[in-house]
Amino acid sequence: MSRIKEKFNQLKLQNETALISYIMAGYPSEKTTLAAVRGLIQGGSDIIELGFPFSDPIADGPTIQMASTESLNGGTKIENFFAIVKKIRKESNIPLVLMTYTNILYNQTYLKFILRAKQAGIDGLILPDMAIEESKEYVKAAKKIGMDTIFLVSPNTEKDRLKQIIKSTSGFLYMVAVFGTTGVQTKIHKYTLDALKNTKNTAKGKIPVGIGFGVSTEKDVQKYVSSGADAVIVGSANIKIIENTPANKVQTRIATFTKKLKNRTR
Amino acid sequence: MKIGIPKDGRFGEFGGKYIPETLAPAIEELEKNYLKIRNDKNFKKELGRLLIDYAGRPTPIYFARNLTKTIGGAKIYLKREDLLHGGAHKINNTLGQALLAKRMGKKRIIAETGAGQHGVATAMACASLGLKAEIYMGYVDTLRQKQNVFRMELLGAKVHAVKSGSKTLKDAINEAMRDWITNVDSTYYLLGSAVGPHPYPLMVRDFQAVIGVEIKKQMKKIPNAVIACVGGGSNAIGTFYPLIDTNAKIIGIEAGGKGVKTKLHSAPLTAGKKGVLHGMMTYLMQDKDGQISETHSISAGLDYPGVGPEHAFLKDENRVEYKAVTDDEVIDAFLILTRTEGIIPALESAHAIAHAIKISKKMKNTESIVVTLSGRGDKDIDIVKEYLAKNVKNKRKI
Repeated sequence: MSRIKEKFNQLKLQNETALISYIMAGYPSEKTTLAAVRGLIQGGSDIIELGFPFSDPIADGPTIQMASTESLNGGTKIENFFAIVKKIRKESNIPLVLMTYTNILYNQTYLKFILRAKQAGIDGLILPDMAIEESKEYVKAAKKIGMDTIFLVSPNTEKDRLKQIIKSTSGFLYMVAVFGTTGVQTKIHKYTLDALKNTKNTAKGKIPVGIGFGVSTEKDVQKYVSSGADAVIVGSANIKIIENTPANKVQTRIATFTKKLKNRTR
Repeated sequence: MKIGIPKDGRFGEFGGKYIPETLAPAIEELEKNYLKIRNDKNFKKELGRLLIDYAGRPTPIYFARNLTKTIGGAKIYLKREDLLHGGAHKINNTLGQALLAKRMGKKRIIAETGAGQHGVATAMACASLGLKAEIYMGYVDTLRQKQNVFRMELLGAKVHAVKSGSKTLKDAINEAMRDWITNVDSTYYLLGSAVGPHPYPLMVRDFQAVIGVEIKKQMKKIPNAVIACVGGGSNAIGTFYPLIDTNAKIIGIEAGGKGVKTKLHSAPLTAGKKGVLHGMMTYLMQDKDGQISETHSISAGLDYPGVGPEHAFLKDENRVEYKAVTDDEVIDAFLILTRTEGIIPALESAHAIAHAIKISKKMKNTESIVVTLSGRGDKDIDIVKEYLAKNVKNKRKI
């Protein structure tokens, strides 16, 4: 059983919603990334999503774009990323998901990249520009190696398509909360809650449904937890904390913030 | 080798639709609507009328007597897309897509632009059809093409200067896609080149194919060679597509910048590797991690790390030959054409001229070359002036 699946099973027994926390690897440095990861684990995050920067992140808003650019300017290469993952693995068994864009995998071939990711300790992959129509080879390679493929769905995804996406998804299904890119939103829309309900109904408990994009406060977490999400995904809010915190305080601040969010999932 | 409607949106292995899920319904709606109007007589009639009365089609084929005489060798003909309304071939596509958007009931149009020619052509089509236009343009490009920014604004379009990434065409496309993801219901994304997710490469090629269709009609016999410049590749695919099943030699010219052996160029077909960007699988300029490289070209319109998937296909099928010429060669060609014919070409189009000059010398005077002159060069005169001030060698020629 994959670490992700195991985690969801365990949380279900405890009647808890998963808190999934995103940070960008190498932003602003490898050292701070490790400090932030320790803070996330300390604060009670259930799954960590590590971003590997891509030069052209079309699904990301200004905050994560900035973190991508800074990380790349700081010299983050794929070797550095896997080195960070291996260091985390020495300290923790927490499920780790890699979020990046298709070309990063395509460049080395899906099979080779996924194998390297698996060997480093990655449990699942999120590719926001991987459409279901183009995913055959990718999903095949991931299955072969035992890597979870986490697909995204949107509030405007139609039911038949949703079913098709669920078939190719493992780990959890990532529901995008808003029409838009990643980043802090000011309110929760009714269409999002309706879509969450529909997605949960279509998933029929076969796969957990996580909600992300614009989830940034305790209130947001509370609302989605009470609306039936199996996981809440917080990203840009973490990046903002890292951006505005001196390096030696990142771990504590991230831990404090994460703890507050995690409390709302119990 | 001549692909009508690409199966699964792919030209051979190239193309596809690698898009965020939020765009999937919009792309599907676009594909459905486009395939419906593709053979619709009324749509064709309406577009045909606009192309004649508004854009100025058909454009002439001009025998460049003086240039031919100066170079010696094959007869060089110019397909004068520079004479179109707006000064470039871009209007062929923007009228087609704006008309489609209108039929789909979309009122807000967004577009990206490099040199500003597609932005201007979009602003014109939108003004004439009563649509609202917003144009994304890389900040670097807004500085080197100031005049086009003001033209777009005069035409009623809103111009957003994009300050992310390399601040050029690829970043303008990124930002336009982000806008589309956010405003997917109300907005039509009017892409300007034969790139992006299916059905864009097909649609843009279809609308630009009028260039090649006219060349075939206007030339007494099929030319021995046909040459066009390739950035994203819209004027080139429009020129090439109707000639694919003839025996003409077809050549696409990429921006070689400071040379394809340096990193300062924009020639993915000559020196790139397969990858996925902006919704398509194609040849890309990228590093060994798959990060897209910053490109360089003296012409903003060719300064792009990718290329339309149909070009990638035609390269691998060996039907079209793709070559690169350097900035220096481009300036030479720009000056020669300007002086011999009194035609100031866009720097993009001057790439094609540069290659024609190279090969015509080796051809017989009974043979012919058609070069698509995709746009006029008024927008580029400041860049040329600056270049000549820095390069004494070329300066002597004036």
